[in-house]
Amino acid sequence: MNVDYLWLIPILPLLGAVINGLLVLMTAHREQGPPRALSGWLGTAMVAGSFFLTWRGFLQLRGLSEAERALTQTWYSWIPAGPLDLSVGFLLDPLSAIMLLFVTGVGTLIHVYSIGYMAHDRGFGRFFAYLNLFMCAMILLVLGDNLIVLFVGWEGVGLCSYLLIGFWHKSAANAVAGMKAFIVNRIGDFGFLLGIFVLFWTLMERGHGTLNFQQMQAQANLIPAGVAVLAGLLLFVGATGKSAQIPLYVWLPDAMAGPTPVSALIHAATMVTSGVYMLARMNWLYAIDPTPLTVVAVIAAVTALMAATIGLTQFDIKKVLAYSTVSQLGYMFLACGVGAYGAAIFHVFTHAFFKALLFLGSGSVIHALHEEQDIRKMGGLIKKIPITGWTFVAGWLAICGIVPFAGFFSKDEILWKTWSASMAAPWLPKLLWTIGFVTAGLTALYMTRLVMMTFFGKSRVEPEKAHHIHESPWTMTVPLVVLAIGSLGVGFLGTPEFLGLGPNRFERWLHPVFAAGEAAAHALVGPHAAHGHVVLSLTAASHVGGAGHASDAAHVDGAMHTDGAAHEDHVDLASDAAHGAEAQGELSLAHSETADPADHATGAAAHGGAAHAAHDTTMEWVLMLASLGLAALGIAVGVLLYLRRPELPQRIAASFGGLYRLVFDKYRVDELYDAIIVRPLVGISREGLWKIVDVKIIDMLVNLVGIAAKGFSYGFRFLQTGYVQAYAFVILLGIAVILFRAF
Amino acid sequence: MGEITTNHFVILATVLFAIGTLGVLGRRGAITVLMSIELMLNAVNLLLIAGSRQWGNLDGQMLAFFVIAIAAVEAAVGLAILVAIFRAKESVNLDELSALYE
Repeated sequence: MNVDYLWLIPILPLLGAVINGLLVLMTAHREQGPPRALSGWLGTAMVAGSFFLTWRGFLQLRGLSEAERALTQTWYSWIPAGPLDLSVGFLLDPLSAIMLLFVTGVGTLIHVYSIGYMAHDRGFGRFFAYLNLFMCAMILLVLGDNLIVLFVGWEGVGLCSYLLIGFWHKSAANAVAGMKAFIVNRIGDFGFLLGIFVLFWTLMERGHGTLNFQQMQAQANLIPAGVAVLAGLLLFVGATGKSAQIPLYVWLPDAMAGPTPVSALIHAATMVTSGVYMLARMNWLYAIDPTPLTVVAVIAAVTALMAATIGLTQFDIKKVLAYSTVSQLGYMFLACGVGAYGAAIFHVFTHAFFKALLFLGSGSVIHALHEEQDIRKMGGLIKKIPITGWTFVAGWLAICGIVPFAGFFSKDEILWKTWSASMAAPWLPKLLWTIGFVTAGLTALYMTRLVMMTFFGKSRVEPEKAHHIHESPWTMTVPLVVLAIGSLGVGFLGTPEFLGLGPNRFERWLHPVFAAGEAAAHALVGPHAAHGHVVLSLTAASHVGGAGHASDAAHVDGAMHTDGAAHEDHVDLASDAAHGAEAQGELSLAHSETADPADHATGAAAHGGAAHAAHDTTMEWVLMLASLGLAALGIAVGVLLYLRRPELPQRIAASFGGLYRLVFDKYRVDELYDAIIVRPLVGISREGLWKIVDVKIIDMLVNLVGIAAKGFSYGFRFLQTGYVQAYAFVILLGIAVILFRAF
Repeated sequence: MGEITTNHFVILATVLFAIGTLGVLGRRGAITVLMSIELMLNAVNLLLIAGSRQWGNLDGQMLAFFVIAIAAVEAAVGLAILVAIFRAKESVNLDELSALYE
């Protein structure tokens, strides 16, 4: 369905950025810059405007039937060149609507927060100009209806990230951190671009060359498996850069050099999740061949575990949260890797709330303690700054996964989907689940450590700072409270079905977008199920991906779900059959007789999934209680170590000596990269490219041209004597030659 | 003595023109060079008048008057320039006038 207001959503913040930027330039001669209230509230109002427009789009989407849920607007044709016809178009479907809602919503809150946090900063106007520019780029990234618009947003957020990390550029370390983020992201972007080219060329040769999401998906059957693997892996390289996964995660912890609202908005809630969004958006590509997904899942799980262990040892409050972000991003990619895109986006969604809350809370702490970031110099702060403290506690419980906070539902969903996934290697899902499970425990432990050392126990604040501790102004505390309520509440949007609170509404909402990818994931449940089921599900995958009627298929599927009675029946049947393998096959086959061929495939896939879920309800309960128990254990150990017996951690650290040093030094990955990439690169550049190629070859060639011209003209210069008579003689000679030739 | 034909005028004019050319190219003194130019112009005049006699019309003579007028102007301007140069450099020796080169 075409609408005409989508272009306003990215343009409003852009307008804010331009106005704020001009204001800064116009007042460059003044010490104070433009009026702070104007800059701050203008920027906030623009983002809030985007939020309300998104909300309007969301409501309009809700009013449509499931098959039609996609609002599009083609704004203008950008690059019509031969087979490439690129337009700036926007697509608001259930996925981008969810993403945009929290991007603009959390964005608005963080803008309000920044008004308080940056109040005494000289670069106030500049900060809001950058922040608005970031919002524009992020909205483009999410709202773009083709890969190139997404890429423009992708680069735009990278640029703003660079500008904002190095916001306090007078300190060299901050500027270097900005450059590091930019360069590491460039490496990922290179892979991303190659992935786009591969997709475009393949489609151009085999069908209609396009980068529009819907048109690409409609031609998914034209993409051979090998190309799908290659493109999928290349796109994931881009995602590892932007979303801080191994091996390109190293920039994110350094990115904490930026102002804290930036860490909250860009490096926790929104930009770093764009890799997950991109993978989810391209789910149909990963449905063609699941090999890249296995890579994604393994890398994600390892990243999650590694970052969590590092988080356990750091003392900088923002560094701990940064590693926690890397770890949580690992969870999201793990979900993508097992084909549970709905769960991934759910975790992106809940994470945006509680991680933004935690970062803003840490900012409030830093603000109260006058730029103190070392948690060894904190403690007992909850009495001094209660609003910050208790909202932080809400974020802490959410990330630990304590019921009923948001993180509990999303993390549990991911762990369950991982456990029940089926991959090429049957032991792999269980291994991944184990890693995820251990990471959940570590998460609870390091977050408890952070909270205990910061807010509870005895105060270790330096005496001269202790007198000045103050609660932050309302512009900072109101966003904290709103986000804390969100961290408590948003989990209920996606309660799993087996709890008896009805179907998972969040995943149902996203289902039309992920039909292709999730059908493929169901197909992979193969080994458990009867053959009939596998074959049918595979048909479903190829049908949905191939013919491009994803929305049609989803529509049919939706009908199945809403048909409550029938649904119940199936679940009962499946549970009655106890080991429902054969039963599933029969169900699917029986179902196939009642529906036409195009529909039955998807129906079968959905029913297969439902029956499967019913079958394993016990297991789901067990796993949920286990992870809850583990979180409680992690918290208990954390309280014991860091509140009751603060001397213990040091002894434990001492007993692990070398291992502790290794983790404390972040596995020395930066040093490793320095040794194997940076230094050889610098060495080759300096000794080889500069001193040999540049100086000896290129400079020599240039000099040679000069020397040749000089030598060549050396003979001719004697013609120019300056004597009138010599010139006259030459003229005479010339005339003589002309006359001689003429007669 | 035989009749004086056009050929004789042409030969004389050519000889005068060659002498003038050599003077222009070879002499150092600027005044001599100017005089040599006059010689070349007059060689041309001679040729023009010889032509006029040969064809029996006045075109050549008319052109010769123009040349004489131009020669007078040229001499006036040229000598004026020489006076100016002499004031500046105390010399009108062409070998010393190589400002274009330096």
